[in-house]
Amino acid sequence: MSVHDVPLLEMKHISKDFFGNQVLSDISFSIKKGEILGLVGENGAGKSTLMKILFGMDEIHQTGGYGGDVLIEGEHVSFTSPSDALARGIGMVHQEFSLLPDFTATENIMLNREPLHYTWLSEIFGERMNRLDRKEMDAIAKAAIGRLNVPLDQEMLVREMPVGHKQFTEIARELSKEASETSEGIKLLVLDEPTAVLSEQEADSLLQSIKRLSEAGIAIIFITHRLQEIIDVCDTIMVMRDGMIIKTVPAEGVRVTDIAHWMVGRDVDTSQRQERTFDYAASPVILSMKNLWVNMPGETVRNVTLDVHKGEILGIGGMAGQGKLGIPNGAMGLFPAGGTITFEGEEIKLNDPRNFLDAGMAFVSEDRRGVGLLLDESLEWNIAFTAMQVQEKFLKKYLGGLVQWRDQQQIEEETNSYVKQLEIRCVSTKQKAKELSGGNQQKVCLAKAFAVNPKLLFVSEPTRGIDVGAKSLVLNALRKYNEESGTTIVMISSELEELRSICDRIAIISDGKVFGTLPATAPSAEFGLLMVGQTSAHAQGGEV
Amino acid sequence: MNARRPIELGRRFVHSFGLPRIIIALFLLSLFILAPFAGVNVGTSFSDTLNRFGMNAIMVLAMVPMIHSGCGLNFGLPLGIIAGLLGATISLQVNIPGPASFFLAILFCTPFALILGWGYGELLNRVKGGEMMIATYVGFSSVAFMCIMWLLLPFNNPTMVWGFSGSGLRTTISVEGYYLHVLNDFLAIRLGRHLVIPTGMLLFFAFFAFLMWAFLHTKTGTAMTAVGSNPIFARASGINVDRIRTLSVVMSTWLGAVGILVYQQSFGFIQLYMGPFYMALPAVSAILIGGASVNKASILNVIIGTFLFQGIVTMTPSVMNSMIHTDMSEVIRIVVSNGMILYALTRKTEAAR
Repeated sequence: MSVHDVPLLEMKHISKDFFGNQVLSDISFSIKKGEILGLVGENGAGKSTLMKILFGMDEIHQTGGYGGDVLIEGEHVSFTSPSDALARGIGMVHQEFSLLPDFTATENIMLNREPLHYTWLSEIFGERMNRLDRKEMDAIAKAAIGRLNVPLDQEMLVREMPVGHKQFTEIARELSKEASETSEGIKLLVLDEPTAVLSEQEADSLLQSIKRLSEAGIAIIFITHRLQEIIDVCDTIMVMRDGMIIKTVPAEGVRVTDIAHWMVGRDVDTSQRQERTFDYAASPVILSMKNLWVNMPGETVRNVTLDVHKGEILGIGGMAGQGKLGIPNGAMGLFPAGGTITFEGEEIKLNDPRNFLDAGMAFVSEDRRGVGLLLDESLEWNIAFTAMQVQEKFLKKYLGGLVQWRDQQQIEEETNSYVKQLEIRCVSTKQKAKELSGGNQQKVCLAKAFAVNPKLLFVSEPTRGIDVGAKSLVLNALRKYNEESGTTIVMISSELEELRSICDRIAIISDGKVFGTLPATAPSAEFGLLMVGQTSAHAQGGEV
Repeated sequence: MNARRPIELGRRFVHSFGLPRIIIALFLLSLFILAPFAGVNVGTSFSDTLNRFGMNAIMVLAMVPMIHSGCGLNFGLPLGIIAGLLGATISLQVNIPGPASFFLAILFCTPFALILGWGYGELLNRVKGGEMMIATYVGFSSVAFMCIMWLLLPFNNPTMVWGFSGSGLRTTISVEGYYLHVLNDFLAIRLGRHLVIPTGMLLFFAFFAFLMWAFLHTKTGTAMTAVGSNPIFARASGINVDRIRTLSVVMSTWLGAVGILVYQQSFGFIQLYMGPFYMALPAVSAILIGGASVNKASILNVIIGTFLFQGIVTMTPSVMNSMIHTDMSEVIRIVVSNGMILYALTRKTEAAR
């Protein structure tokens, strides 16, 4: 790794407040050419704000600018828009996708930077009439995807892609800028949680390509909640808490527990294991799925047959796009599904969420903002709504049940108790859901599900995009809920370690089918084999 | 820091109350202040404003359910008004004089409102995302269709039909002898020579506003708000989204029908044919002036909005005309109502309190 005297990027004494609310104070750090800097911190620690300052986002200017200096290669800069930053070779891959759904991967990668052919029309009407050089576009996109080393179909529409592939497309776009631009190529790439939506294997290949980019001299700021990745890939780790830098250390020799400790300021046990041995013989089957198929774009379920025993925590894992997410979404009726689902001996009519809920099941969706929350309504409404509509809780009845009046007091009490129980950080229970951070929104989703007292709870990607502190809280809440009220839990997650930490057994989905089921205590190598599509000696078939 | 605070507070107030609402309120206030200088009696102006408020408030209230369920602003209000007109004409045909005719009209308009509203709701469920445009054309085309029907329907009460042919309804029908001023005169309070408060009509509106407020606090009302806020969330909570939306359209249509009856009893005439054509616009802009947005509305928005909008409509002709001697009032009314709709449609989510 080459070391220059002048760092590529230096931020000195950066501070920022939003109307008197200090979110960053005295942040100073530097990054050298080819260095990988891991930036970690809980949600709301100020990571995103810091990056917004670097990119000169409008949000920063409109709220009164910032204090301190930003230097690039020793030169004082102050960007007024992300395109300024890009002109100086700083690119960013966002947490939310900024892709056109109806364009192919190639078209998205090359958007607005397409290589052009002159035609005779351009002579007359100017450059607007230039033709796209499709061949060249394909070649550049292919090269960019090649550097990532992932199986990404260039011709696929973004709309049809599984979520991981969207992330790859976005990264490939930033990379292609390096490959194509003649002026200043990309020098610094900011990756904001690129692996949050990827399965472990996809994440691995991404990490490999990050390393390769750094060897090619591109500096990288890597923001993630997955701490092991930080240790694996970064040269330096910078930990933020409450708008300050708590620690900047070389990655070598750092343990996950150390980082977690710095981040939250208290001990977090990330390696807890499910220690009980679940007695399958003594617990009847509560839910049984037979030949289930679900038509969920990007997560098609082809033929799943799976039994869930009363009181267990069943994990469903597998790589992104293999269909694990389709199972709960199809069971609930949010996507067209077929096959049979029997719950407590009774068949559940598919494609109607009401039946699913009436039977005593609940679902915490992986799509928090789209399905899980009423973003514009209060926490009270979010938590109480489903229970009110399905089970007629929180209602006062007048005129012999003709008028069903919302019981504000009861709703408030219940919400307050969940706020306390799940440590939801909010100003009040009247606060709108959209104002909460990701981790707290997830807790609200859980509270909503708990409020209906389900017999069986489907939880889909409960820790996606939330920080370590919130993550262990969410997982502990699930485990506690299972132990105390005996609720059966089916948890779907891309993170195998997370599944192994709370589940009794784990089913691995591959190609829309159950590829194998293992007890959570099985060695991780066996799970690894299942994930990549090889049956190990110990794995059982779909039916247990 | 301290010097910035009042400015900051001021900005927050403007932001939460809405700049257009403040401008319009100040404009209305200045009209009331100018009135005596222009030789206009403030008492008369005020009672005119109250009267017009009562006439229009229920039609503005009709906007609320559809906004809550996410169907947007009810530009198809003429459909509800047509149901009301059918109720009114049938009531006159039955020919029972006095206040009873008013309640008969409400009774007769109800089945029409339910059926038309249901069909209208089913239609809107098929065009999710484009409700407001479709609604506009539903309103317009139903008016055109009824222009034919008013001629063909077999009404024969001499007070309603064309005198020379004996068939086909007239464009304007007087409700004198039937339900003229039944609500206006009920418990009306007379203060001095000029100020009359139409208590009955205001109470009638208050009753409906209370029902709406109460409805929004029930289980179904809560579901309606949730459907408007996030239909996928509502579906995942076991709500039949289409049914709730249809219910909101039916409610809106029926309120439109009752609203036009209240309007007629105060105005004195039933206006057929092209009468309902532009009735949606004042109601839409009134609720928007009141601070509602395309997907959030409250009863308070209805009251404030109707008062401000009708206040301006009442005050501009008398005050402005006597001051500048040109007929500016109509221009101002059109600028305010259409400008308000335009403004509201450009900012979709934020609603003022």
